Amino acid sequence: MSAAGPAVEPPLGLLAELTHRCPLRCPYCSNPLALTRPGEEMDTATWARVFREAAALGVLQVHLSGGEPTARRDLPELVRAAAEAGLYTNLVTAGVLLDAAKVEALAAAGLDHVQLSVQDAEPASADRIGGMAGGHERKLAAARLVRAAGLALTLNAVVHRQNLDRLPALIALALELGAGRLEVAHVQYYGWALANRAALLPTRAQLDAATATVEAARAAHKGRLVIDYVIPDYHAKRPKACMGGWGRRVLAVTPAGKALPCHAAESLPGLDFPDVREVPLAEIWHRSEAFNRFRGTAWMPEPCRSCDRREMDFGGCRCQAFALTGDAAATDPACALSPRHALLDLAVQEAAAADGAFTYREMARTAPLAR
Amino acid sequence: MTAAAITGASVPRLARGVRLREDAARGGRWVVMAPERLFVPDATALEVLRLVDGARSVEAIVDALAARFDAPRAEIAADVTELLEDLAAKGVIVT
Repeated sequence: MSAAGPAVEPPLGLLAELTHRCPLRCPYCSNPLALTRPGEEMDTATWARVFREAAALGVLQVHLSGGEPTARRDLPELVRAAAEAGLYTNLVTAGVLLDAAKVEALAAAGLDHVQLSVQDAEPASADRIGGMAGGHERKLAAARLVRAAGLALTLNAVVHRQNLDRLPALIALALELGAGRLEVAHVQYYGWALANRAALLPTRAQLDAATATVEAARAAHKGRLVIDYVIPDYHAKRPKACMGGWGRRVLAVTPAGKALPCHAAESLPGLDFPDVREVPLAEIWHRSEAFNRFRGTAWMPEPCRSCDRREMDFGGCRCQAFALTGDAAATDPACALSPRHALLDLAVQEAAAADGAFTYREMARTAPLAR
Repeated sequence: MTAAAITGASVPRLARGVRLREDAARGGRWVVMAPERLFVPDATALEVLRLVDGARSVEAIVDALAARFDAPRAEIAADVTELLEDLAAKGVIVT
């Protein structure tokens, strides 16, 4: 497949998961169920080399993420290395470990932008969802430090049934904190979030209210606050172009150095993901079996194969297809044309009958059963 | 950031977190990098953005373009103002 495959454009973005350490325990964490231990994390020099290889390959933007990336003491060095490689640097953080000196050091190292997550607008609920007492207050302090340092700020509000009704307050919080952008990010249900799906899936009524709130706020705050918002899969008719298509726009590198077409891809069976310590990034991107596995459209089954949207959504999310159907090559059940689409309606019904109890993300414990 | 109208005296600059750079891996096109987004400016927008430096006023930008392009100054001024208002609404520039 590698030799005869479609022409491959270089990636635009690199998601650098620097660590899986995090003081928060959000029940929808996007990290895998099997978390990398601190001793297995790649060192500063190796990450710096990965950034240079990424820039040479065509990557324009690096997302320094985790876990909690500020748990790494060498973060300013990593930011400097990425900036010197010519990459636009975006820090994806929970903010709770930041203080004025750290923010200043990151700004001085050349950081372009901070994306700060919040769990809710209401402190007690936010602290409960994040599983960290006092966490919300620390985030607000971090946001103010980011703005004081003159850095661009995006507020990332992860939303679900237990906080979606407070979306107006989350928008007000973004304005109050001086964020130029607000991402209203519906939880994506794989990994930890799939295990907690019944506690987190929003109702259709909640979703419709949220969509109306976003539309009104976009008009009211035009030129001051950009709001990103996507309808979640469980209430959509067509799937998302996950990652903009497999091996098409973005690559992720895990704390232990595995290169992935999507940060959740290690949940898929039968794929051997290359190690950036052993294989050059360009070779991984262009020639590895794993990156070519779901590239283009040749791998698609029906109904995707003959669908006129096949190069718009690329069959949706492989991880969701596998998690819900057991077949990584199946049409994403988020698509109404999928023979398994009813699974999503069933999940919505199941969630409506469930209480709000969830399992926190934990590093040391055995992964909970996903289904 | 404000949504104030663009006037001749306005001095636009790229917003914090926004960069204009060449994209060598994709044929040397120029791109605007902004938080979580990337714009590929068309030829006109690129000419304007290259003159946005936080020092030149809109008047000065229009003068510079009028000296180089064969079009009525009023027409250039209207195009530049419209473009800058659009970029301000997207958070790419501030005044």
